[in-house]
Amino acid sequence: MQAILKGLVGAAVGLAVSNASAATIENVRKNGVLTCGTNSATAGFSLPDNEGKWTGFVVDYCRAVAAAVLGDAQKVRFIPLTPKDRFTALQSGEIDILAHNATWTSSRDTSLGILFAGTYFYDGQGFMVRKAENIGSAKDLDGASICVTQGTTTELNLADYFRSHSMTFSTVGFADEEAVVKAYDEGRCDVLSADTSTLNASRQRMAKADDSVVLPELISKEPLGPAVRQGDDHWLNVAKWTLLVMVAAEELGVTSKNVDEMKASDNPNIRRLLGAEGSLGKDLGLGDSWSVDVIKQVGNYGEVFDRNIGKASPLKMERGLNALWSEGGLQYAPPIR
Amino acid sequence: MSGQSLHPPLVSAPLLPPMAPPSGIRPSPATWIRKNLFSTPFSGVLTICFAILAAWLLHQLVSFAVLDAVWAGGQEECRANPDGACWPFIVEKFDYLRYGAYPVSERWRVDLTMAIGAVLIVWLLWKRAPRRNVAALLFFVAYPAVAFVLLRGVASLDLPVIDTVLWGGLLITLLMSIVGIVFSLPLGVLLALGRRSELPLVKAVCVTFIEVVRGVPFITVLFMANFMMPLFVPDYLTPDRLLRPLIAIALFSSAYMAEVVRAGLQAIPKGQYEAAKALGVSYFTMMRLIVLPQALTIVIPGIVSTFIGLFKDTTLVAIVGIADFLRAVETARVDPNWAGPTISSTGYLFAGLVYWIFCFGMSRYSQSMERALARGHKS
Repeated sequence: MQAILKGLVGAAVGLAVSNASAATIENVRKNGVLTCGTNSATAGFSLPDNEGKWTGFVVDYCRAVAAAVLGDAQKVRFIPLTPKDRFTALQSGEIDILAHNATWTSSRDTSLGILFAGTYFYDGQGFMVRKAENIGSAKDLDGASICVTQGTTTELNLADYFRSHSMTFSTVGFADEEAVVKAYDEGRCDVLSADTSTLNASRQRMAKADDSVVLPELISKEPLGPAVRQGDDHWLNVAKWTLLVMVAAEELGVTSKNVDEMKASDNPNIRRLLGAEGSLGKDLGLGDSWSVDVIKQVGNYGEVFDRNIGKASPLKMERGLNALWSEGGLQYAPPIR
Repeated sequence: MSGQSLHPPLVSAPLLPPMAPPSGIRPSPATWIRKNLFSTPFSGVLTICFAILAAWLLHQLVSFAVLDAVWAGGQEECRANPDGACWPFIVEKFDYLRYGAYPVSERWRVDLTMAIGAVLIVWLLWKRAPRRNVAALLFFVAYPAVAFVLLRGVASLDLPVIDTVLWGGLLITLLMSIVGIVFSLPLGVLLALGRRSELPLVKAVCVTFIEVVRGVPFITVLFMANFMMPLFVPDYLTPDRLLRPLIAIALFSSAYMAEVVRAGLQAIPKGQYEAAKALGVSYFTMMRLIVLPQALTIVIPGIVSTFIGLFKDTTLVAIVGIADFLRAVETARVDPNWAGPTISSTGYLFAGLVYWIFCFGMSRYSQSMERALARGHKS
């Protein structure tokens, strides 16, 4: 009896493992569509438009992976996920790749059976103040009253920051972000503190949006990146290099507009990036034109940033840490050779 | 002794003229107000306080939703007005709220499905409509097949297949509720009968099912169905990710329905069962013609209450990534193109209104049903 039971359990586990860790890229090719888990609704990052078509920064990353693997950026099935179920959905194989506003941390990388494939957005907790207060830096915030969402790491980060700079502060806490923004807008506190990716969207919802400004300092590290299941190194490489190719394209000045002309460029770096030389496509198990498909159909990193959250979008975020390394930011692609 | 010799007669021969009802039974409005609202100084004070509170709340609501609201224009007009609702936002998002991401060129299929459904439901529920049994047959047998073909699509009929990931908005909410309502009542009746059965195996199965389902939170079941199931079941055996919560909601509500129906069964006097058996009526005929009609009539309020709860519980599917109506409202409100101080309040107000219309409709219909079916149980 016990032997039968053991056999059954073993079979179930074996099935589960084989099911979850079968080569993801084969599954994607077989289905002809990439299943991508995204945020259910975050302004600028992933949001359906009036016709239900998904748009946004992390959405465009999924489209880039689809362009790389399937040659068509439209062949994506988006599954909206909440922060609670996003990792479970990835572990169980319900989605092929997770492109969420998920912070890359050591514990998530090591204990959840998933691996982060890079950082597409360097986020961090920041401050928003009214322009009229004439505050230029977070170091001038001594004695300020700060509106925050309760029960998140936001409060802990604040306490650490103010203690290490020997300043005092008082918090005005609310249960949800909506109430926090409203309180700040009504003048019940001097400062609004949250992750910068949401601060700009929050400002849009205020009655006097133009009166506020985001301070340059970040007091916490929140690198947001795509994640894949552990144990499929090939797929991890595809996820990683799709992002890096977009960054490299920006470094080399290749955009969705000029990619066809650039193929004839003499610059060996550009030739290797676009598959005219070298074997990146073949090594990744993708077609030779995969990087051209990504850049042509989705754009380079800078284009995707500007269109969704940067200057050309309603959110008007600064590049900040997400600028290229050559322009004072952290976005950096290893050499393609 | 015969009746004729009784003197004096106990009953007067001519009828007495009718009298006006005693004062207080059908009072004038002024009397009614005095008796009900100002009977004591304390109740008078309470009446005035609550009247002021009600007037203030009503004023707030009307000025937000009507008087100060933006009725025409776009984002700029809404941003400039922090006091009132922004109805152009709802107008622009209306299609998204109804269909979700269902492809625009195929939305006529959703409209057609809903129109057929509406006609059949009116036919079925309108008490003076002819041939309601035909309507029932169409609604419960033919309609699900038609709806499936129309909504999902069949490639051979020139209707492109629409992935259920794209379904959303009010479509999902109505689909979930109708499937839940249609399946939960018959399943609930069967489970209730099974629980009262004298066959030990049937009874054990029904009791176990009802108690297990009622003992587990719905969210857990949804979560298991949508995220854990692919871990244990191979791809080709995993049902569609919209079908899984549909099955879950049908089974879930049937367990609650079973207990409501059982309450009705227990209210029928034992003599009725015994009389039927004594006449040699078979079990199913007895249930169909004698017990269930009475039992279900008694528990109409409970049944409709379960339906209303089910309608509102469908919003829980949002946590497993299915964009129901409320989720669609939440998604629409974070659109940075429409960001403004009253966008969220407008969205939630509209959502509340839509849910209220459906739930209130169900509640009113059940009340009229009760009145029509009350067979001498009037109190």
